[in-house]
Amino acid sequence: MMTQIVFYVFATVLVLSAGMVVSARNPVHSVLFLILAFFNAAGLFLVAGAEFLAMILVIVYVGAVAVLFLFVVMMLDVRFAQMREGLQRYAPFGAAVGLVLLAELALAFSHWQVAQDIGSVPHVVAAPGRTNTAALGDVLYTHYVFLFESCGLVLLVAMIGAIVLTLRERPMGRRQNIDRQHERTVADTLAMMTVPLGQGVAANGGFRRPEQSYYIASVPGSYGVTAEPVPQGKPVDEAPKHGADNHGGLAQ
Amino acid sequence: MAHFFLHTMIGQVILTVLEALAVLVPLLLGVAYLTLAERKVMAAMQLRKGPNVNGPFGVLQAFADAIKMITKETVIPSGANRFLFLFAPFLTFSLAMTAWAVIPTNDGWAIANINVGVLYLLAISSLGVYGVLIAGWASNSKYAFLGGLRAAAQMVSYEVSIGLVIVSVLLAVGSLNLNDIVLAQRHVWFCLPMFPMFIIFFISALAETNRAPFDLPEGESELVAGFFVEYSALAFGLFFLGEYANMFLMSGMVSILFLGGWLPPIGIAPFTWIPGPLWLIAKILFCLFVFIWVRATFPRYRYDQLMRLGWKVFLPLSLVWMVLTAGFLLATGLLPQGGAS
Repeated sequence: MMTQIVFYVFATVLVLSAGMVVSARNPVHSVLFLILAFFNAAGLFLVAGAEFLAMILVIVYVGAVAVLFLFVVMMLDVRFAQMREGLQRYAPFGAAVGLVLLAELALAFSHWQVAQDIGSVPHVVAAPGRTNTAALGDVLYTHYVFLFESCGLVLLVAMIGAIVLTLRERPMGRRQNIDRQHERTVADTLAMMTVPLGQGVAANGGFRRPEQSYYIASVPGSYGVTAEPVPQGKPVDEAPKHGADNHGGLAQ
Repeated sequence: MAHFFLHTMIGQVILTVLEALAVLVPLLLGVAYLTLAERKVMAAMQLRKGPNVNGPFGVLQAFADAIKMITKETVIPSGANRFLFLFAPFLTFSLAMTAWAVIPTNDGWAIANINVGVLYLLAISSLGVYGVLIAGWASNSKYAFLGGLRAAAQMVSYEVSIGLVIVSVLLAVGSLNLNDIVLAQRHVWFCLPMFPMFIIFFISALAETNRAPFDLPEGESELVAGFFVEYSALAFGLFFLGEYANMFLMSGMVSILFLGGWLPPIGIAPFTWIPGPLWLIAKILFCLFVFIWVRATFPRYRYDQLMRLGWKVFLPLSLVWMVLTAGFLLATGLLPQGGAS
């Protein structure tokens, strides 16, 4: 009795929030309803006694996938008027795709055959003291280990593919070579100079920077200046050569 | 009396509520005094006095702060999403409380001694990111939004290494039940054979709770106060309590996974006189002290350093350690054979 009430509560909220995912006007609200739907699905798993699946659903879908959804949706500047404009143009397309899917589903279900004695098939969970997590592990890592491994390989290929498609070297922004940074010593960073009165350190727009770490050890191009060491210990009187540095108006 | 509590439905409900209160009331008191302890400890480390006006040694400072927080006016920025704006701190706070349902304080003493306790903790702590992300978005403010995004990226990154560290612990235990995890450390605490993982878990816990030196989501020099910049009064207070309760939770996880939970260091006479819950509390307090110590000692990480540490250092290290653990256990025949121990 109690189980049934809980089941119907979860199921109702699940269906309602799934509907809201589609119909909510604000895309962020859609994703939040999606999260609610995931939660209720996890609740249904719990009611069914599959606690491992419920927790994995929450960890993977709510904790990782939906966070990335939310991340993207929040960063995108979605224009609602534009979307509605597109809706009218693409409505026939959408309807066509929906109809095809519906027809296929109808075809599939009309030929769906359920085995007669499905309930009497012995479950893999054999020993009574065994948790369903352990039983799941047995099935996945013992009986279907090759399928499991090939799933992993497919995911690996997808991951490498995504990286190959999106990773490209951009010569913008400052980057730091972490090994060289760790190799720095005080002698590299600090230079004692005798500065003539009234002249200052004229090179590099009035700034004096440690040769080793700033001009030599920085990743080439990441500072936007040509890495060219300034003669040490001798202030240069000419106009600043390393103009386009990041320290504001003194440069030019 | 015992029959009423254990065998009637109303009795069970009352019993569960009492159990929850027995965990939550000390937890909230602890949170209140952790804020004071943090200020006192940091003051001592920086040769200051810290709060010393309210009550002897400032012990009433926590309550003064609470009263101030409650009596202030709640300001909701214009253009903010009212429901989500108020929902976010509530979510953060209640998640930090919910996780305590499975923490065992003695052999079998947990509100819910479930089979998948570790996964439950992992699930709850991975939900913590929503409070921050929703708060950042619903505030309708650039700073809050940037803070929320930073927090989300940071927490998702460090969850990966936390998960892998937990997997290598689970390999050695053979059960997902927190009670079994503690009992598996009867002979040696996991912080000794798995010392590198202990350190990685602790540092990841710092990042997961957005504590210094990983407190970039609230980096006041760039983002004013990060994701909760628009919050005031009780809503801010809930965030504050949630953050400190999360620190308690993470310290609890460190204690249970690596420091032997309620078990004494050696199972001989003077140590076994002290009851288990006190050992657990002592371990949690030790971890919290290290949290504060770290905050008073280290400067804040830069964002690229933070991401590098998470993805390029901790992830490969914990992955390699997991494979090593599995290989070692298999080679020596120590691999626990599934199910309850």
